[in-house]
Amino acid sequence: MKIAVCVKQVPDTWAEKKLRADDSTLDREAADGVMNELDEYAVEEALRLIEAHGGEVTVVTMGPERAAETVRKALSMGADAGVHLVDDSLHGSDALATSYALAEVLAARSFDLVIFGSESTDARMSVVPAMVAERLGVPQVTFAQKVEVDGTLVKIERQTEYGYDDVEASLPAVVSVVEKINEPRYPSFKGIMAAKKKPVETLSTADAGLDAAKLGSSASWTVVSAFASRPPKAAGTVVSDEGTGGEQIVQFLTEQKFV
Amino acid sequence: MSEILVVVEQNDGTVKKVTLELLTLAASLGSPSAVWLGPGYSDTAAATLTEYGADKIYVSDSGELADYVVAPKAETIAAIMADVTPGAILIASTAEGKEIAGRLAIKTTSGVITDAVAVAADFTATQSVFGGSTIVSSAVTTGTPIITVRPNSTAPQVKPGAGTRVDVAATVSDAAKGAKVTGRTVAQKGGRPELAEAAIVVSGGRGVNGAEGFGVIEALADSLGAAVGASRAATDAGWYPHQFQVGQTGKTVSPQLYIANGISGAIQHRAGMQTSKTVVVVNKDPEAPIFELADFGVVGDLFSVVPQLTEEIEKRKA
Repeated sequence: MKIAVCVKQVPDTWAEKKLRADDSTLDREAADGVMNELDEYAVEEALRLIEAHGGEVTVVTMGPERAAETVRKALSMGADAGVHLVDDSLHGSDALATSYALAEVLAARSFDLVIFGSESTDARMSVVPAMVAERLGVPQVTFAQKVEVDGTLVKIERQTEYGYDDVEASLPAVVSVVEKINEPRYPSFKGIMAAKKKPVETLSTADAGLDAAKLGSSASWTVVSAFASRPPKAAGTVVSDEGTGGEQIVQFLTEQKFV
Repeated sequence: MSEILVVVEQNDGTVKKVTLELLTLAASLGSPSAVWLGPGYSDTAAATLTEYGADKIYVSDSGELADYVVAPKAETIAAIMADVTPGAILIASTAEGKEIAGRLAIKTTSGVITDAVAVAADFTATQSVFGGSTIVSSAVTTGTPIITVRPNSTAPQVKPGAGTRVDVAATVSDAAKGAKVTGRTVAQKGGRPELAEAAIVVSGGRGVNGAEGFGVIEALADSLGAAVGASRAATDAGWYPHQFQVGQTGKTVSPQLYIANGISGAIQHRAGMQTSKTVVVVNKDPEAPIFELADFGVVGDLFSVVPQLTEEIEKRKA
């Protein structure tokens, strides 16, 4: 089985994130880059699937030079090979442009399964997996809290507002995973050493045969017209519980008409 | 006045509150048209949609819309858009709602904006990003604006519309039937409102100190008719089911009132609740960063404060 895992480098979860004043894109230089947390679960799930069924895992990313660190991290966890799409013309790509670029790179390599984390911690749109499925014309089995492959079928538990749905689809398919699905492994020392020798293909948009008119800020179908930091919240009232803390809260809730 | 399509969210035929909010928002932008997708359409549903402003109700009640994941819904909305050229499409910002929006954007060559908290008359959307620390105004520049809107962004208002039913003839293509739903499991939630759209959320974190500790959190939630949430520390420890996690890797909520109990307020958690209108905090650590968000906070043991609070609320209700 050939599995692709799409990963994204994002600003460290704990860092304060800001937009750039010049072009309203995320300031990626301002914080350390890490692999998007949910993508670690995607890598882990891919590794578990090939441990059970055989095959290989290719990690695919799109992003600036230093996003290569994120490919390397996935390789040190155990993925076999990497593809890094890197080009200045990609800067400012929105979800539509991103899904176009990823779909083209994936289609050229014919995978049985493409696995994503269900959301990135920076943009948090949660739409790219569905968009890539739409563009590839393959089934979308997303928000998986459990994934099984059975012959040519993939079966998942899709997390919903009310619980979960059992969903099945034929391969090839696009999967996205939620945090509940597994516990990602840490790269071992041996894994880190082995990762240095694993193949990583670095592609420009021209190498990948992409249409430049569909990429970057200029191709975006949305525009940010303004942004501002949220004004700091006015300090509230904080009291120490002297045995009537609960009653004081009720008093507050009553004033605010919640009770 | 252009039509504004509102994709209806329903649960076993009952229209969800977020849809009423979107109809109210749509009425400020044009003429609201509800889009019903899936089985279960009834006179009751029609009456509710009409009462909250729907001038038209597009109805496609094929079972296939519920039997396959997302793609049939996007396809059906695209078919409606081809016929009516709406001014904008409003969809609830749920996991599935955003997926529908994403696929629809590609099908109709339209820009998509997710997680809006307000939409102006010119369709400029306001988003609260990076865990609520930054407020962004954005607009769609290509095609028809497709905007997903967070629950609790607008107060629903009764404003009866014409409520004319329009049956949608479009059928679901084979290509959209790739991912089949073979079973449905409804987690027990004790009759509480859904987390994402609840007006009040009561959450517990590390300070709850175990699964049994969530009993006091649930009791408070039930006294207020609230949903229960949990921090990642609590769900990772297995004290409360994962689907109730509020935070960066869980759900984002924006209720009228959020009560955080025994939650320190790491950025991971704040990112999921920072846009709540009113925040009440109970935590024994006066240094906990969650107090920075508190409109009212009590430094104390949640196991004495919360039961007293619940009891007092029950007394006032009696």
